[in-house]
Amino acid sequence: MSQEATVAVSPGTEKKRQVKKPRGEPLLERFSALILAAFILLVWQVSVPLSGISEFVLPTPWAIASRIVTDFPLLISNAYVTLFEVLAGFGSAAVIGVPTALAIFYWRPVERAVYPLLIALQTIPKVALAPILVLYLGYGWAPKITLAFLIAFFPIVVATVVGLQSLDKGLVNLVRSMGASEWQTFTKIRLPAALPNIFGGFKVAISLSVIGAVIGEYVAAEQGLGYLQLLANSQFDTTLNFATVVMISGLGVMLYFILTFVEKKVTFHRESAK
Amino acid sequence: MSVPAAGTWMSDGVQTAEIAASSADPKGAAVRLQDVSKIYQSRQGEDIVALERISLDIAPGSFVCCVGPSGCGKSTLLSLLAGLIAPTTGRTVIDGAEVKSAHPKVGVVFQSDLLLYWRTVLDNILLPVEIKKLRRADYEKHALELLEQVGLAGFEEKYPSELSGGMRQRVAICRALIQEPGLLLMDEPFGALDALTREQMIHDVQRMWMRVGNTVLFITHDIDEAVFLADRLLVMSPRPGRIDLDLTIDMPRPRQQSDIHENPNFARYVRQVREIFEAKGILKA
Ligand SMILES: Nc1ncnc2c1ncn2[C@@H]1O[C@H](COP(=O)(O)OP(=O)(O)OP(=O)(O)O)[C@@H](O)[C@H]1O
Ligand SMILES: [Mg+2]
Repeated sequence: MSQEATVAVSPGTEKKRQVKKPRGEPLLERFSALILAAFILLVWQVSVPLSGISEFVLPTPWAIASRIVTDFPLLISNAYVTLFEVLAGFGSAAVIGVPTALAIFYWRPVERAVYPLLIALQTIPKVALAPILVLYLGYGWAPKITLAFLIAFFPIVVATVVGLQSLDKGLVNLVRSMGASEWQTFTKIRLPAALPNIFGGFKVAISLSVIGAVIGEYVAAEQGLGYLQLLANSQFDTTLNFATVVMISGLGVMLYFILTFVEKKVTFHRESAK
Repeated sequence: MSVPAAGTWMSDGVQTAEIAASSADPKGAAVRLQDVSKIYQSRQGEDIVALERISLDIAPGSFVCCVGPSGCGKSTLLSLLAGLIAPTTGRTVIDGAEVKSAHPKVGVVFQSDLLLYWRTVLDNILLPVEIKKLRRADYEKHALELLEQVGLAGFEEKYPSELSGGMRQRVAICRALIQEPGLLLMDEPFGALDALTREQMIHDVQRMWMRVGNTVLFITHDIDEAVFLADRLLVMSPRPGRIDLDLTIDMPRPRQQSDIHENPNFARYVRQVREIFEAKGILKA
């Protein structure tokens, strides 16, 4: 019986064994990325006056930051335009992309017909379509949203299909042995198991959507951050130009973090567990 | 008979009266296979005869073990009973009803635990209840009792990744038992566990079965494990799968691993099975 006693599990000891992620990381390590960024900005800030480069050619980070503050209304009103285009493009890519992936996964004929076509289309650099889109869709929202959509669609579809396919066959047999319908198999195991992949696709897609919208604005626009940047360029306003770049990156980063937040809410992270 | 301490199925102990009661009023399902064959098609289009004309009657409440070499059709037999595949010929019948799809009275434990990593232990155990659209609240108490019996009281809110392999397989067994299945199918459930955990689990399964009294079909590669657990031992031949030997194992219960090897009957049964495998060339003498 002594052997059994050693093998038997008691929850008390097991609980103690659960190691939490170490919280007390050294400060230097936790903020290492921030510290490095601050250091680079500092070098930039100091070396511009030292090297004698004109502020018109290369503004200092400080000058860019103060420009963002003084011209904030201008920047933010254009950022709203770009944000709208990105959200509309990304949103429609998600709304159409996920069901397309489901169709590819569930119906062989769709897979046969659509998947090769999608991959072929993916080899076209989407940004090269921008002038053509302007030709057909004019100078308004439409070409930007379309470009953001086109560039975001493929990664969402592929990530979702891969996520759906990666499910362990054993799990399908498990729920079938419990009498699960096809719909239940989808909602109880396939979708939850695919969510991390789907969000992976969303995250790639949202950054690409920003690129799509801005490129659309470069080609032809009367508002938006891409338009503002071209305007600054034509007026040799390098500081505003840089300020716009900061806003575009900020937009991308913000959207990425919103997605990460939503992902944390709806999925359970495997890596946090394994 | 003394009963092992904490962390086993039956921390409260099995009384002989209880065992007698369970065999007098069998909660187990009766299983019948009539001339069952299963032929798969290979990718090249050839026929693979996995099972050939198997006929078998399993009495309610009995513990049947099935041993056989890899690829002889053991999992196929189990999938047929679970309603996952249809036989090519013949009928599988559980409690008088032909198996056409998943049978509500059947619970399955597979070789890997197949827990859903995004669900807590409790939610994993209640998955069959959800799928059958039954009221969760009616089964929560039972789920907690089952957890307690497998020595996992207090683990209901943990996630599978926080458990060891043996603990996870215990949870999988709880999940199979949540609806008190008349037939419990187990496909090499302990194949992936280390020797010590495995020994404990074998012991615990015996306890569980003695208390619940359901019919069990237990598939394994391990002859000792099969003889230790079985009332009846089916030895299968290599493909095409047939039942070569149908052995009744007559040893008193509860059987103890500590002294089973001193039991001359145990050694005799094990030798009988090995001889078959040696004769078939599966084991080289
Ligand atoms: N879906 C399938 N398609 C084609 N052949 C199959 C299929 N499933 C099983 N087989 C074949 O049927 C035979 C029996 O398979 P089965 O999985 O039942 O064996 P097993 O006894 O469980 O083996 P193991 O002990 O290795 O688990 C094997 O030869 C296998 O290759
Ligand atoms: Mg098998």
